[in-house]
Amino acid sequence: MSLLVNIRKQIGSFSLNVSFEAENEIIAILGASGCGKSMTLKCIAGIEKPDSGKIVLDGRVLFDSEKGINLKPQKRKVGYLFQNYALFPNMTVCDNIICGMHYLKDRGARGDKLRELLRLMKLEGFENRKPAELSGGQQQRTALARILASEPEILLLDEPFSALDAHLRDSLKIELRDLLRKYGKTVLLVTHSRDEAYNMSSKLGLMLDGEMRGTRPVKEVFADPGSIRAAMITGCKNIAAARRTGPFEAEVPEWGITLQTAAELREDLVAVGIRAHYFQPGTVYNAFPVTYVEEMEEPFETILQFRYAGQSPDSPSIWWRLPKEKKPQVFPKEIGIAPVNVLPLYGE
Amino acid sequence: MTAIDWYPLWNSLRIAAISCALVFFLGIFFAYYAAKLPRIIKGILDVILTLPMVLPPTVCGYFLLLIFGARRPVGIFLMQFGVKFVMTWYGGILAAAVVAFPLMYRTARGAFESFDQNLAYSAQTLGLSNTFIFWRIRMPACRQGILAGTVLAFARALGEYGATSMLIGYTPGRTATISTTVYQLWRTNDERGAMFWVLVNLAISTVVLLTVNMMEARQKRAAGNAASARNKMHKDAAEKAVGK
Repeated sequence: MSLLVNIRKQIGSFSLNVSFEAENEIIAILGASGCGKSMTLKCIAGIEKPDSGKIVLDGRVLFDSEKGINLKPQKRKVGYLFQNYALFPNMTVCDNIICGMHYLKDRGARGDKLRELLRLMKLEGFENRKPAELSGGQQQRTALARILASEPEILLLDEPFSALDAHLRDSLKIELRDLLRKYGKTVLLVTHSRDEAYNMSSKLGLMLDGEMRGTRPVKEVFADPGSIRAAMITGCKNIAAARRTGPFEAEVPEWGITLQTAAELREDLVAVGIRAHYFQPGTVYNAFPVTYVEEMEEPFETILQFRYAGQSPDSPSIWWRLPKEKKPQVFPKEIGIAPVNVLPLYGE
Repeated sequence: MTAIDWYPLWNSLRIAAISCALVFFLGIFFAYYAAKLPRIIKGILDVILTLPMVLPPTVCGYFLLLIFGARRPVGIFLMQFGVKFVMTWYGGILAAAVVAFPLMYRTARGAFESFDQNLAYSAQTLGLSNTFIFWRIRMPACRQGILAGTVLAFARALGEYGATSMLIGYTPGRTATISTTVYQLWRTNDERGAMFWVLVNLAISTVVLLTVNMMEARQKRAAGNAASARNKMHKDAAEKAVGK
């Protein structure tokens, strides 16, 4: 099972340029809303037509602009879970699921499959409900049952949790992750939440302004984003231009400091990033005098903003995020950062 | 009072019913395909298709006479097949359909435009045919708008006067409809006769509106039931969570 995508599409001034490969794994596509994630899924499903390029699924060519191949969505065997689940409002849970089984002509076989899916998706007892009478989680399971009924070769999930209440989200994430692992084929998960991407997937593709090139293992991307845009999308709050001054030393003029790094720096260093969680008041490493600016409280964490003594006035304040119980009584005079947590960022 | 000639009622109902059926399919067809056209063509088509709604019906009737008149090319051509829209009862269908069409077209288009396109997309990825999607998913989802358009078109066709009187005139027992009869009787000082047909018209209109209101109420009730079922489910889940 493999998926190869290499497509371009121009929509007004927005251009989509996506290339990656996937192999029986859960791949998350992470990016801000409106960056082209859903458009990519729609191109793979055949709902939108790319201007040029190629989409191949398990050796089957779904789209090839050079050979003039563009399979209809009906012929692609692509399962697409929409953000709002797109259940047919006039049909019951059963009828919705049966809609995915039109290829089964035998009534008995349909009934067997229906019962199996109802059991798998814990929908027994809701067979005759209309979608409007279901909770968000049940709607999601019905939509998944309907998709699985159609026996797709790949699953495309478009922001699967965004329509759910926050308190349902975490338990459904675990449910869905287990289900997807059992499913065993390629899954593309589009999300704007780095938590979801981290929870659910093994590999990650980053999308910015319609650009996505390849995927990397999730943990690697978070540990070493490598580029400014990857650092931003993975939620790195503090990024500033930097210049290499030694193999393990980078000058950050904007912050008025020079940082020691654990990784050996290349000549083409353009910036450094520091995640808001990683500041340490006690350490001697990369410790510099700071002044307190302001605080923003969250339910269980707090964000303290500060500025380096030599920081230029037009540079945004530094974010330091920490659990509430670890908040210092008196704001420290100096704050440091372990060299391993200074992320070197390069051009692309 | 002499035995009542019920012909105008019968004639009005068949003209309204047939033109409404015609307008139903044509309106849906144009509404569905106009939505897919490029912007400029869509805009032009939209103006042409909606014009009968804003023009005085007599002007529509005038245009119909210009096209289908006995000495006009189209009229002469149709005459060869024995079809004559001028001064015949079925000419009334044409007049009523032209005037009622924009109501159906506009409301159906509005309904199609508010249709969640993702429903159609997801159906496509499930492998369902476009015909199935149209009749079993799109139409039911747009049911309310389409129903409203149909009722409006029927009511408009039933009450059509201007274009009808231009095209088919008033011949008792042949082309008379309720609305042309009211005018004719009033003009000839038959106040009681006119009043009678006014009351018939009122009765029909009331029944139509009552039916629409009842259907709307039923739909609202269904939506309310769904919402309360959902709320109960959330409450049950919360109670289960605290071990009640």
